[in-house]
Amino acid sequence: MKKLLIPALLSAILAACSTTPLPEDNKGAPVESRSTGTGVAPVTADGLDASGLPRELTDPKSKLSQRSIYFDLDKYEVKDEYKDLVAAHAKYLVANRGFKVLLQGNTDERGSREYNLSLGQKRAEAVKRSLVLLGVKEDQIESVSLGEEKPKNPGHDEAAWSENRRADILYKAADGRGEF
Amino acid sequence: MNEMSRISRRIFLLLSLLTAGFAYAQLSVEITGAGANRIPVTIADFPGDPTASRVITSTVRADLERSGLFKLVDNDGLAFDENAAINYADWKGRGADALAAGSIGRSADGRMEARFRLYDTQKAVSLGGAAYVTSNTQLRAAGHRIADFIYEKLTGEKGVFSTRIAYVVKARGHFLLQIADSDGQNAATALTSTEPIISPVWSPDGGRLAYVSFEKKKPVVYVHSLASGQRHIVANFKGSNSAPGWSPDGRKLAVVLSKDGFSQLYSVNADGSGLQRITQSSGIDTEPRYSADGGTIYFTSDRGGSPQIYQIGANGGEVKRVTFEGSYNVSPRPSPDGKNLAFISRREGRFQLAVMDLASRQVQILSDSNKDESPSFAPNGRMILIATEVGGRGVLSAVSSDGRIKQRLSVAAGDVREPAWGPFYQ
Repeated sequence: MKKLLIPALLSAILAACSTTPLPEDNKGAPVESRSTGTGVAPVTADGLDASGLPRELTDPKSKLSQRSIYFDLDKYEVKDEYKDLVAAHAKYLVANRGFKVLLQGNTDERGSREYNLSLGQKRAEAVKRSLVLLGVKEDQIESVSLGEEKPKNPGHDEAAWSENRRADILYKAADGRGEF
Repeated sequence: MNEMSRISRRIFLLLSLLTAGFAYAQLSVEITGAGANRIPVTIADFPGDPTASRVITSTVRADLERSGLFKLVDNDGLAFDENAAINYADWKGRGADALAAGSIGRSADGRMEARFRLYDTQKAVSLGGAAYVTSNTQLRAAGHRIADFIYEKLTGEKGVFSTRIAYVVKARGHFLLQIADSDGQNAATALTSTEPIISPVWSPDGGRLAYVSFEKKKPVVYVHSLASGQRHIVANFKGSNSAPGWSPDGRKLAVVLSKDGFSQLYSVNADGSGLQRITQSSGIDTEPRYSADGGTIYFTSDRGGSPQIYQIGANGGEVKRVTFEGSYNVSPRPSPDGKNLAFISRREGRFQLAVMDLASRQVQILSDSNKDESPSFAPNGRMILIATEVGGRGVLSAVSSDGRIKQRLSVAAGDVREPAWGPFYQ
């Protein structure tokens, strides 16, 4: 009977993973949706957003909300068009030494997964080097790679690939709250 | 491969007992192509428990056929045991060069016992036999052992039907590290994660897997004991930790760490102690694989301007370039006998499985697909398992090292990738 347990267990695991879609249109009485329908945006007095980070890092109007640097195929040089963005983040990190960043390098899906992991690492490392040259301390930065494993765009064409050749900057405040 | 001679048949090995929920994670095997000179062989039905006989003989027949090296000659429903008198001339006349007969009995402790004998009909002699005691649930395993015996007697090399494979299934947002028999049956999940799992590699004793898991939001190298489910971290340094490769004695792993900047090769004991740096470059060094004798490590590096395969001493030292053709040669895997090197080569935008004869440096492209990844030799060196893509879905493909025989292993719903062929049954 031991052998039969494996499929049974697997079925149980898969059942646990599956999600049941909610009916989109309930024909009965209107149902209140508490998750989206309150009409109230949460604001805290200290200027932090829900992730616990200062608004200037997350407000779409702030340059610091731009967190992605894009790369050419098989390349890991930070292109000139991203120098201002990197400088803005460097300036913030120099002024806020308690803040840390995690740099995640990514690649498109083509080629060896392990080679892509190293290529993503080089992209993250290139951004790190730029930040360090602009005065950010090494211990404020960790650069890691996600390789081709976490594509932002799941497509299989050049548009998707160029979006996935990327390094992202994630922030963490001194109190440990943040994006990683 | 000659299109006219291509044999294409589907063997759906899904057993009726499998539920729909489980079936999606079960590999099915499709065979295309076969060897040039297939050995005609008959497997008689085994007298004894009819259900057990059917499970064992059908496993033996499917194994031999799947290998591409045998042509099954129909036994016409005839059953005879390992002690029956053999009419060699009759079987020779039917076209069978070899014949296996056997029986299913009970061992003294009440378990099943499968006995069999193999005969050479040309020379009219017995080639030997064996008995395997097994529980009811392990009847297929007994079939694989018998198929291995027949394979070795008739081809002169060890069979791999009793080996296991590891691979990763991505389905419904989950990553499953699975272990299955080499025919895709008996799939079991060793690890489930919502984050990617890549680069599984078997320890030489077949008891453990090393792999890279992203469950800590970054790549970390683990070693996982399959029987107990216990696992421990081997490398979790600042930066990325990846690409484990076992030393042939199973004591050490070559790994890739970016703790000192870019990806570089290190060796570490299997318990995570004794870290030593192997390469010193300002570029990418990754995908280390020890040679069969443990003396050198093959790896991928972009030190020459494009990713190519190099070789270095197991403790460092002089670096030799191995691949020169093309601008992208990655994922080196030395064959078990040390004579060949399988790798992935990009040719005109297509990523294809290639094999180099290390003595002559001749390179042969073995696949006609364009998204091949992660080659893995069978322990007898006869077949190479790769991940590839068919119709936008990840499948596994096994190709013989001469390119003639091809098998495809896929799951009904989901991507299969990152295959690793385990060592010989021990």
